[in-house]
Amino acid sequence: MLLGLLIEVSVRAADSDLDRLMALLATRVHGHVSFVEEDELAVLDRPVRSSGELFYDRPDRLEKRTLAPHPASVILEHGSITIQSHGHEHVLALRDYPQVAPFVESLRATLAGDRQALEQVFQVTFAGTLERWTLTLVPSDAKLKSVAQLIHIDGERDELHSVSITLADGDRSVMTIGSSLPP
Amino acid sequence: MTRPRIVPLALWVIATVLAAIVVARANYSADLSAFLPRAPSARQQLLVEQLRDGPASRLLLIAIEASDAAARAQLSLAIARQLRGDPQFASVDNGEPINQERDRDFLFEHRYLMSEAVTAQRFTVEGLNSAIDDTIAILASPAGLIAKPLLPRDPTGEFLQVLNQLDRTAQPHTFEGVWASPDGARALLLASTRAPGSDLDAQERAMQAIRAAFTAAQHASAEPSVRATRLVLTGPPVFAVAARATIKHEAVRLSIVSTLLIVTLLLAVYRSLPVLLLGLLPVTSGALAGIAAVALGFGVVHGITLGFGITLIGESVDYSIYLFVQSRRPSDGSADSQRRERVLWRTILLGVLTSVCGFASLLPSGFPGLSQLGLYSIAGLIAAAAVTRFVLPSLMPRSFQVRDLTALGKRAAQILLHVRAWRWLLGIIAVLALVMLYLQRDALWNRDLGALSPVSGGAQVLDAKLRADLGAPDVSDFIVVTGSDLQTMLRDCEKIAAALDPLITNRTIGGFDSPARYLPSIAAQSERRASLPDSEELRARLHAATATLAVNSERLEPFVQDVARARTAPLVTIADLKGTSFEAGFDALTMRQHEKWIALLPLHAAQTTVPPSVSAMSEVRAAVEHAAPGQALLLNLKSESDALYSSYLSEALRLSGAGLAAIVVLLFITLRSPTRVAGVVAPLVLAVLAVASGLLIGGRSLTIMHLIGMLLIVAVGSNYALFFDRTEVDQNAGTAPAPLTLASLLIANATTVVGFGVLGFSQVPVLAALGSTVAPGAFLALVFSAALSRARAPHLTRLQ
Repeated sequence: MLLGLLIEVSVRAADSDLDRLMALLATRVHGHVSFVEEDELAVLDRPVRSSGELFYDRPDRLEKRTLAPHPASVILEHGSITIQSHGHEHVLALRDYPQVAPFVESLRATLAGDRQALEQVFQVTFAGTLERWTLTLVPSDAKLKSVAQLIHIDGERDELHSVSITLADGDRSVMTIGSSLPP
Repeated sequence: MTRPRIVPLALWVIATVLAAIVVARANYSADLSAFLPRAPSARQQLLVEQLRDGPASRLLLIAIEASDAAARAQLSLAIARQLRGDPQFASVDNGEPINQERDRDFLFEHRYLMSEAVTAQRFTVEGLNSAIDDTIAILASPAGLIAKPLLPRDPTGEFLQVLNQLDRTAQPHTFEGVWASPDGARALLLASTRAPGSDLDAQERAMQAIRAAFTAAQHASAEPSVRATRLVLTGPPVFAVAARATIKHEAVRLSIVSTLLIVTLLLAVYRSLPVLLLGLLPVTSGALAGIAAVALGFGVVHGITLGFGITLIGESVDYSIYLFVQSRRPSDGSADSQRRERVLWRTILLGVLTSVCGFASLLPSGFPGLSQLGLYSIAGLIAAAAVTRFVLPSLMPRSFQVRDLTALGKRAAQILLHVRAWRWLLGIIAVLALVMLYLQRDALWNRDLGALSPVSGGAQVLDAKLRADLGAPDVSDFIVVTGSDLQTMLRDCEKIAAALDPLITNRTIGGFDSPARYLPSIAAQSERRASLPDSEELRARLHAATATLAVNSERLEPFVQDVARARTAPLVTIADLKGTSFEAGFDALTMRQHEKWIALLPLHAAQTTVPPSVSAMSEVRAAVEHAAPGQALLLNLKSESDALYSSYLSEALRLSGAGLAAIVVLLFITLRSPTRVAGVVAPLVLAVLAVASGLLIGGRSLTIMHLIGMLLIVAVGSNYALFFDRTEVDQNAGTAPAPLTLASLLIANATTVVGFGVLGFSQVPVLAALGSTVAPGAFLALVFSAALSRARAPHLTRLQ
């Protein structure tokens, strides 16, 4: 009985920890950080390493500005993705790419502390403490599961440390987030 | 009845039969060509064609309101499904990815022919290196998921390039899988009909089909939330159909009301149905003659001419009133009655001539609507007067007797005395009106064509709101490209696109749509195809290009295969677009006239909320004219149509001035006395001034219809003024015909005021403008003529 009580308490604690984490994240209005990303793709002979800066404005603007090796920018805003590189601009409506939307949404919803949006697409598991936490996102939709296996997001209070995505085909992408930069 | 009367009667019968034949065989047109100048410039021709049959004229905006988002989405899907199966509609879009698979297959298959990035340079070692490097960069982005499976076949990212070419414009928001307003409060659909916008019957059927689809979908569901929804329709076809219905409905309702009122009035006076019918003879004869004259003179009769021509009743019914009331019984052959008759006819003849001078001024107008109205009125008035003069007297029954109106005339004469006592007020009215007109001189004439639009302000606001919701602002700047054949047109579109690209890059304009994006010209496709290297060459270049990249060229063998296939594949033709959503996209931007092709390239402003600036437009114009001289025009629908209307208005003002001058000259020739001319002209000018300033005080600025109304005031009022002038002459001769003359003027005036007064209550701006000008104007013309008549008071008192 004591054990049962303990489990229940810990579950409730975890549940409320997720809520508290979300509430903490939701207070952020603006974010500007550096990142380093490494993509391991089967079609490529070697991992692609890129680095740059991330900008976030509550609630739905997210920009990933890659500075090296090639300046390029990916902006998520109002449901569309704008890709700028080499003077070209591609605009994609997220709704046309249901297989892409959740990945973008996972990061945006986490940054916005939007638990409801996250849980619409993923089963969310919280581990650790508010001081040092890990969110594990597993797609709840079978179709999406055939694209992505899982997403890990590590963080410390309201700061994200890394986002790693493992795709169903084994390709991996790890984004390590650096310290906060002036806005 | 004397024998010579037979001749005019026979002539009248023959003329009526001939006119009826001409009228029955005439061509009638209800389209916008009445507004097209007789010698239109290419730009004006295009303008009218665009308004009449352009792609925008076929676009219906559908909104589903109320209830909840799920119910609205359910209805949106059901309506779209129903309408897509209806051959009346060329396309129905509600945001469903309906052709997505086919569209993607099409674009992917033809990417090397469609992509604007495909040049010989792109397939050099450097070009390939840079393109593949870009694609790898995209792989590391969220869009990488789309690009990754394609990498082996499309390492240069041609597919994304083509997608981007076609998708520059913002997409509407989506809720529950269908288009919706940004606040999600209504679901939105766009439907385009196959029939041209000018085919109002077809447009009406299409609207009915939409309403029926909505009702059927609602009834198919048992859920109360679905039943609670509401359908809203807007767009140019809705406006056109509604305008036609309003005009039809108003014309019928108002003419019934005014006919009833006038007939009641005349019956009360004539007390005889045969006489009443006789009194309408000049009116119908005049209308018949008017239509026949227009048919013979112009070859085609515009509906608008018929509509305004009906107002001729206002004057032609007066002739028979003068005849019947002033000669209470058929001529008895006495010297006195003969003399009276002569004077009456001379006065009416002068009245007709005055009106003819006024309307003749419209004849040279470049606006067919106006010149037809001029001819119609001239022929109609002459015929009506001639029938009154030569036919009516011989048809009047022997027992003919109208109510004795001497008493009414005497009472009128008394009132006249009072009116004349206040004649000094006219000076004040004149000064006030002139001051008012002077102060308002810049805002006097409304040069905005919208002032004549029968579309209500509420409907326009709704339309603007739904367009904003769809992110599809009502584009009014177009580049119009005309080609002798499809390929010439596409080629010119491509040249213009190349010329405009720098303006997009430097944000002068936001962008533009072009049919060549959906269907590149054969020349452009061939050029792209020719720039593809053969397999061996491509492999060698790929090897060199990928040396520094993370991808091994051997992985890209599928790319080599695809390029090899593209080198021999047939070019994309218009038939290949079938079954893709690009067919609708292409159709929405093109028009075909026999062998000629016309493309419409809508321009988008750099900021969606404000229209492109004047300087931006002049840059665009320069670029366009340089790129395709003589083949392309920059057209702003709004300013172009306003300019056209404004030119008509200015011309009508000039011509009316000339008409007024002609009337004055005519009066000088016939009356031979400056004071008498002044006595006739002054009340008319005063009436026009008073009405114009009254309208301005009422917050209205004047349109071309008010101007026509003023001409009618002069036409109708000149009769009054001339009768008063005659009264003066008669009085000098020592006779007193005034009571019956006054009575006939009162009745004639009452019919005019009633007829036009009813028109003044119309919902249709053009009719209301005419009515609210002529009704008070005709009344004031009578009052002012009376007040300014120089008859001495003793004479008038003697009448009692």
